[in-house]
Amino acid sequence: MTTDHVPAKPPFWNNPQIRAVAFQVVALIATVAFGLYIFTNTQANLQRLGIASGFDFLSSPAGFDIIQSLVPYSAASSYGQVFLVALFNTLLVSALGIILATLLGFGIGVARLSKNWLIARLALVYIETFRNIPLLLQIFFWYFAVLRAMPSPRQSLNLGDAAFLNIRGLYLPAPQFEAGFGWVLATLGIAAILTTLLVRWARQRQMVTGQQFPVVSAGLALLIGLPLVTFWLTGSPLHWQLPELQGFNFRGGWVIIPEMASLLLALTIYTAAFIAEIVRAGIQAVSHGQTEASFSLGINSGKTLRLIILPQALRVIIPPLTNQYLNLTKNSSLAAAIGYPDLVSSFAGTVLNQTGQAIECIVITMAVYLSISLLISLLMNLYNRRVALVER
Amino acid sequence: MNRIKTLTAVAAAAVLLTTAGAAYAGKALDAIKERGFIKCGVSDGLPGFSYADEKGNYNGIDVDVCRAVAAAVFGDAAKVKFTPLTAKERLTALQSGEIDVLSRNTTWTSSRDSAQGLNFTGVTYYDGQGFLVNKKLGVKSAKQLDGATVCVQAGTTTELNLSDYFRANKMKLTPISYDKSDESAKSLEAGRCDVLTSDQSQLYAQRIKLAKPGDYIVLPEVISKEPLGPVVRHGDDEWFDIVKWALFVMVNAEEMGITSKNVEEMKKSANPDIKRLLGVEGDKGKDFGLANDWMAVVIKQVGNYGEVFNRNVGAGSDLKIERGLNALWNQGGLQYAPPVR
Repeated sequence: MTTDHVPAKPPFWNNPQIRAVAFQVVALIATVAFGLYIFTNTQANLQRLGIASGFDFLSSPAGFDIIQSLVPYSAASSYGQVFLVALFNTLLVSALGIILATLLGFGIGVARLSKNWLIARLALVYIETFRNIPLLLQIFFWYFAVLRAMPSPRQSLNLGDAAFLNIRGLYLPAPQFEAGFGWVLATLGIAAILTTLLVRWARQRQMVTGQQFPVVSAGLALLIGLPLVTFWLTGSPLHWQLPELQGFNFRGGWVIIPEMASLLLALTIYTAAFIAEIVRAGIQAVSHGQTEASFSLGINSGKTLRLIILPQALRVIIPPLTNQYLNLTKNSSLAAAIGYPDLVSSFAGTVLNQTGQAIECIVITMAVYLSISLLISLLMNLYNRRVALVER
Repeated sequence: MNRIKTLTAVAAAAVLLTTAGAAYAGKALDAIKERGFIKCGVSDGLPGFSYADEKGNYNGIDVDVCRAVAAAVFGDAAKVKFTPLTAKERLTALQSGEIDVLSRNTTWTSSRDSAQGLNFTGVTYYDGQGFLVNKKLGVKSAKQLDGATVCVQAGTTTELNLSDYFRANKMKLTPISYDKSDESAKSLEAGRCDVLTSDQSQLYAQRIKLAKPGDYIVLPEVISKEPLGPVVRHGDDEWFDIVKWALFVMVNAEEMGITSKNVEEMKKSANPDIKRLLGVEGDKGKDFGLANDWMAVVIKQVGNYGEVFNRNVGAGSDLKIERGLNALWNQGGLQYAPPVR
């Protein structure tokens, strides 16, 4: 009783390969169809409601002023220029925030692991307090509680007749460059090149002979000394424009407005708490044996941290640190709550409202935040590749 | 149809979705009647115009306009759901269909009426932009504001007029744009800005919210025309007509001397104008797709324009704003409504 069971060829829809491809095709069609539907539906609705669309509005005059702009701007400028002003304001507060939060975060993170009981506890309290309070509340705290307590312009805190602090901001002297200052800058450039060469030479010499060279003091002497000499030779081509009280406000000089200050403070202090925890985790991820080995070689604790621990900890620190940088940049959009003229407040807010072109403004704003975030990721990934463990 | 059958199921679903999208473009009025209440966008807190009291009830001129529309459509002024909106949110909320009508001290301008896809239905309040300053500054005129820091609400015509005025007078301006009027008021009190600028009616309203209203004065200059009125979307003329005429009815009623108190007696009047307005003679409801006596219901439940004005911003309120431009046309003002005929 033997019958040959030739299994029937399975139907094609049971073939896993064909299935896999079919699912991909269906998913692709669905995505494209959905995108098309959204696009055509939006177009149809805009047309039905008679709302203007397109990006022509970017070249029409804006007609409103902005309190802080890094590029020349006036009410006669176009909406496109408003976009630039707003973009730079966002970039400014994000970049400063990233730098300050990194410095503060690394400091607190190291302090958190200090053998000094008091310092370690203070760092712990800082971290637990600031990372557990919503960021918006912190912004309001700095803006409405702290900076509102400053005196009025006429009762400004006078800092050596050069800087003034009041409720309108911190007024600083502004440098006025005159002809000849270019030479000073040029010497600074030369000094920088010389210092780089010096550092390279010193390192090589140390590799060969083991002798150390006082790179830091020599480099500083070059960087400061040379430009100073040129500055004196060219007849001090730099003056300071001091802020002066005229009518309602101080005029002249540079001003840091309280909107910017409170946003920057809140972003820095909030993000630094997270960075501190990342730094602590990174340092703790480096085996304690490394410290012991370093100590037994007679390297002091400062150098151990700088030369042995941190370079290894950075491998662990960089990826989550990138996330914090992205968060800080995106969080800067909370500026809208206190009237700091950032991208969301000025462009996705005021321009959107004055033109009524919501879709265009939101699309541009989203694209910008996406680009900034991707750019930060890219830079941090490049850096990460440099510090990452190279396995052989 | 055969072609459709050959398409994938997903593509068919997409077609369905698209047609669903097209069906959405139906009449606003039908949708409102089906829903049973009106979605009305108002201010996020402006005494006299739209302000929620301790119990959460909204009051104000802008609020009453929406109540009048509800009374016209449903015969019941209470069938309104109010949505508080900031100046920045308001137009998008209306364009996107989140609200049916925007009654939020919004200035009638050419670009809003055209490129932004909106229709202004009339003018509830003729306003103009002014400046509120602390007396301590000793400023008597807006021309003395060179170099001043000015608080202004973001995304308003006010923001534009302010820049225009300073530019025209060659004065230096430092503006701070806040989303909410409350934030502007707080900043003025704290001294973050020297001046608060807004429509004059709003300045009076903001002033009574300050801790020491007596310390602040409104400067005499009025730097712009600000006709404030209700707004609807393009695309439904019937709905546009109803919102437009809800306001006209109130203005006409004041002109004819019909109030919420005497409306029943007035129905017996011999005056054919009054008879038509109150639905005693002719059928003015059918043309609008509403009940025959809808105009009478509006007057009875909400009142005529004068009553609404007095109760919210005029002599009968805390604001005590004079009628001024908002008096009837035959009393030296600008309020004028086309006849009911």
